[in-house]
Amino acid sequence: MLIQQANELNVLEVKDLATRFQTQDGTVHAVNGVSFFLKGGETLGLVGESGCGKSVTALSILRLIPEPPGRIVRGKADFLGKDLLQMTPEEIRQVRGAQIAMVFQDPMTSFNPVLTIGRQLTEPLLLHLGMTKKQAEVRAAELLEMVGIPNAADRLKDYPHQFSGGMRQRVMIAMALSCTPQVLIADEPTTALDVTIQAQIIELVKRLRDEIGMAIIWITHDLGIIAGLADRVTVMYGGYIIEHAAVKELYANPLHPYTKGLLESLPRLDQRRERLTSIEGMPPLLLEEPRYCPFVPRCTYAQDRCRVENPPQVSVAPGHEIACWVDVRTGELRS
Amino acid sequence: MMELATKAAPDPAPAMTDQPLLRVEDLVKHFPISRGIVIQRMVGAVRAVDGINFQVSRGETFGLVGESGCGKSTAGRTILQLYRPTAGHVWFEGQDLTTLKGEDLRFKRRDMQMIFQDPYASLNPRMTIDDIVAEPLLVHGLLQRGELRDTVQDLLRLVGLNPKLGNRYPHEFSGGQRQRIGVARALALQPRLIICDEPISALDVSIQAQVVNLLEDLQERFNLAYIFIAHDLSMVRHISNRVAVMYMGIFAELADRDELFNNPLHPYTQALLSAVPVADPVVEEQRRRIILEGDVPSPVNPPSGCRFRTRCPVARERCALEVPEWRELSRGHWVACHFAESGGIIQG
Repeated sequence: MLIQQANELNVLEVKDLATRFQTQDGTVHAVNGVSFFLKGGETLGLVGESGCGKSVTALSILRLIPEPPGRIVRGKADFLGKDLLQMTPEEIRQVRGAQIAMVFQDPMTSFNPVLTIGRQLTEPLLLHLGMTKKQAEVRAAELLEMVGIPNAADRLKDYPHQFSGGMRQRVMIAMALSCTPQVLIADEPTTALDVTIQAQIIELVKRLRDEIGMAIIWITHDLGIIAGLADRVTVMYGGYIIEHAAVKELYANPLHPYTKGLLESLPRLDQRRERLTSIEGMPPLLLEEPRYCPFVPRCTYAQDRCRVENPPQVSVAPGHEIACWVDVRTGELRS
Repeated sequence: MMELATKAAPDPAPAMTDQPLLRVEDLVKHFPISRGIVIQRMVGAVRAVDGINFQVSRGETFGLVGESGCGKSTAGRTILQLYRPTAGHVWFEGQDLTTLKGEDLRFKRRDMQMIFQDPYASLNPRMTIDDIVAEPLLVHGLLQRGELRDTVQDLLRLVGLNPKLGNRYPHEFSGGQRQRIGVARALALQPRLIICDEPISALDVSIQAQVVNLLEDLQERFNLAYIFIAHDLSMVRHISNRVAVMYMGIFAELADRDELFNNPLHPYTQALLSAVPVADPVVEEQRRRIILEGDVPSPVNPPSGCRFRTRCPVARERCALEVPEWRELSRGHWVACHFAESGGIIQG
């Protein structure tokens, strides 16, 4: 596995992360050796379909994997020089929510329904920043205002169900940003929202990113959102990173058959396609660690080597890495 | 299968040729809100569908888009008479479904089927795939139990499933495969119209294209008409011939697919289209996004005049006073906006 060049500016460096789950059907190899880095202030898109390991990667970094059934079996996650995976529970609690914050997909289930928004919003301020109750309340109102909620001070007394889906996600973002984190991990934060509300939230996150200067890992299955938001994109499949490139490079020049297929299977709003190119078959179940390329059963470029050996993640151009034996431009094995 | 293929392309009687397959006229569906436990009083109504007009021809795909709560699913169900309309008419092959009852309605329903959004919730977990696909045939008494087997196998093959898997249960299948089962069930009665209610939104991106291609193939083969209800505008653009944009129970705009996407006239359509991300960073960089303020108002008490005015960036005084007329601005291009001629947000 090629380790990306260490960079002094990297806030987060994940190396060879692997996470497994024990289930009734056997061991699910959810993440199988994932390496990436995140520079300060940049936005990294983590893209893939359900079950590809993108959420588990994020949860592993924050040590939010329920153990058992889950287990981080190997890897490192250096955050400002300290390995998150080696920290004591007390140490990781200090990082979580304060320096690395997370926003989840479903804002309804990620709030406590019986506590007011004010109570939930002040909690991290009391806990991490040691504010007094008064200070925390003033700050909480400021935060709500920052994310565009009208009558912020009054709304602190409201409960989560009194907010609409879009408003709830704004509150969630306010909560995540309350301690001005260096890294925000956003796991499909707009998937449950309508497009016009999604556009509002994305606009909000972009503005706050530029104001606060935090780095973002944006996890999504939507290649459209990533196109307008990310600086770099990492594509996952079957628990592996299969392609990684700067955003424009990835869309203009996808080099992994899966990425290529995914981009071709999308209908486009701005142009007409006669027939969608579909990727036949289904994603792997990952009940055993793949010994060969996990995409092989669905790959139209597959060669003999692909069926016996799992391709490592290699650099094919500056900043562009893929895990594939084949050169999709020629259809031949890469030399 | 041959039998299916021949029967499903209906030979229209000469008198019916000019008639659209489906004509929806001033369709209204309100859900009452009642208060009180013993004596229930009606205190209001959710105006889910509040007067829509359109028609669908044979073999056509009519796209219905809008945000959650706009009434698009209710519209679909009311057309099929799964909900009885509060007012209005639904003409199917010249017959008004709203006047049909009991056996007559059941007979007509053979020609109109539905595919649901959630392939996990819309298949009975205790029935085998064979039974699920055979059920409509049995319910409508079209085939005896003994004759079913071949027909069901044909149907499964038709949607790209291995007929040998027919004795398995839904949980053994993936989301995409389950949606194929739903399609097979809908096709069993050889309908002329299928209402697809968000048929792909629960599926993964790489599987969505598989199901959409299947729907397109089946349409071509059997001359099916679809009402394709979705919030994914890119997919609606791909699959539809004509598209209607719905907002708070009414149509904001309706036009041919390319006309609607290239020349949207209603400010809501314009905002909706501009909000959809395009999977191309170069395009995204140059796009001007119209960000709508706020949320959709409550459908219990819609704003006066134009329902979109509370979020419309170019609303004027008249919009609060007068309900905009549903008018045909150019051939086949309908819009409900007082100021549609002035170009809405884009030029305004």
